[in-house]
Amino acid sequence: MATVRIIPCLDVKEGSVVKGIHFENLIQAGDPVEQAAFYSKEKADEIVFLDISATIEGRKTMVDVVKKVASAVFIPLTVGGGINSIGDIEDLLKAGADKISINTAAVKNPSLIKESTDKFGSQCIVIAIDGKKVGPEKWEVYIESGKTPTGKDVVEWAKKVEKLGAGEILLTSIDMDGTQKGYDIEMTRSVSKNISIPVIASGGAGTLDHLYKVIKEGGADAILLASLLHFRKYTISEIKQYLKDKGLDVRL
Amino acid sequence: MTGIVNYGVGNIYSVVSAVKKCGEESFIIEKPSDFLKADKIILPGVGAFGKGIQHLQESGIKTALFDIIKTGKPFLGICLGMQILFSYSEEGDCEGLNLIKGNVRKFVFQPFHKMKVPHMGWSIVKIIEPGKKLFNNIPDNMWFYFAHSYYVIPEESTVIAATTNYGYRFVSAVKMNNIVGVQFHPEKSGDCGLIFLKNFLEGRWLL
Repeated sequence: MATVRIIPCLDVKEGSVVKGIHFENLIQAGDPVEQAAFYSKEKADEIVFLDISATIEGRKTMVDVVKKVASAVFIPLTVGGGINSIGDIEDLLKAGADKISINTAAVKNPSLIKESTDKFGSQCIVIAIDGKKVGPEKWEVYIESGKTPTGKDVVEWAKKVEKLGAGEILLTSIDMDGTQKGYDIEMTRSVSKNISIPVIASGGAGTLDHLYKVIKEGGADAILLASLLHFRKYTISEIKQYLKDKGLDVRL
Repeated sequence: MTGIVNYGVGNIYSVVSAVKKCGEESFIIEKPSDFLKADKIILPGVGAFGKGIQHLQESGIKTALFDIIKTGKPFLGICLGMQILFSYSEEGDCEGLNLIKGNVRKFVFQPFHKMKVPHMGWSIVKIIEPGKKLFNNIPDNMWFYFAHSYYVIPEESTVIAATTNYGYRFVSAVKMNNIVGVQFHPEKSGDCGLIFLKNFLEGRWLL
């Protein structure tokens, strides 16, 4: 069995980590290499960098960030944020990224999923889906950082991206994100039981039990975490030990 | 110097930096004549089998690769880079280099198995006797990182260097003469991965 993966997410803006570990003794608080190395040492299973740069120059610095991180940290790196074309993907992969996460561009141009997975393989294309509850057992896909509704049904869209070749789905609940009140278990379950590619759950984690539930009841294969880790509410080893004690497979 | 083959797709850079981390120099092989400089070869692996083979063929690297492996230089194929060494792959219904006899097959599970494909994440690698020297200084049953939908089935069980369980047991490393192939990504498997790579580069497994 593959183990349940714990994946820290670092937000990067114009080349610096703006949402990362809050640690006084870090030499350079915003240094992506230092932050990634810290989590790698803590046995993070992968690391996600989300580029939230507002400018084209900022976007370009992401390639350098990836290069620096990939020469120091030897666990899988996923990069997301503002990726629009095969060229963008290629630049980041060449810089050392292992997976590319695509959100808005995939909705606007679904053929990008097929083209990119044909070219680079399914394992390196992650489709990020931001879902918002709109009715009983019904969730709508939002794009542009959760601002724009698309009219698309989350479960149908997940099935479609799987068919187009996506290797994983990163599923975020807009309703629960930032609340620390737990995941949208129902949405996670509805997606995971309808597709056979791995689902990474995101949005709403506040307690260790939330994490256990989204795996056990939601059928998630991996968990993406930001503030819970960055603010040191729990360490990765505490999380893994808890999940292991509950009978799940983790890499300790 | 270690030559790392670039065949159009995938993440070459992380293999380059992992080799560097092991204290070895490397360069990128883009065309057949580049092979002359290499005393060891790594064929990294991300991407689709058909596209990979096609690119190797068109660039003339396929023949050069075949020749260099035959000279006995240490060769490491990673993921797709290992699968390509086999006779045939279900992926794209394609012939491989046929350096190791056997097929490449897709993971198939029934819904009640609750197994995801691709197999993505960290799994335990069980070392088999022929792989002992390659996994020197790595305890048995350690975690390595995998990202694949297809796995190899060698005809000869004597080439099996390690196995991994994902729904069922599959071959996660092979060794045949100067050829090593791994399904996991040593360049992405943290410390154990770097030790494995170092072992390969040091070449004691050849003795």
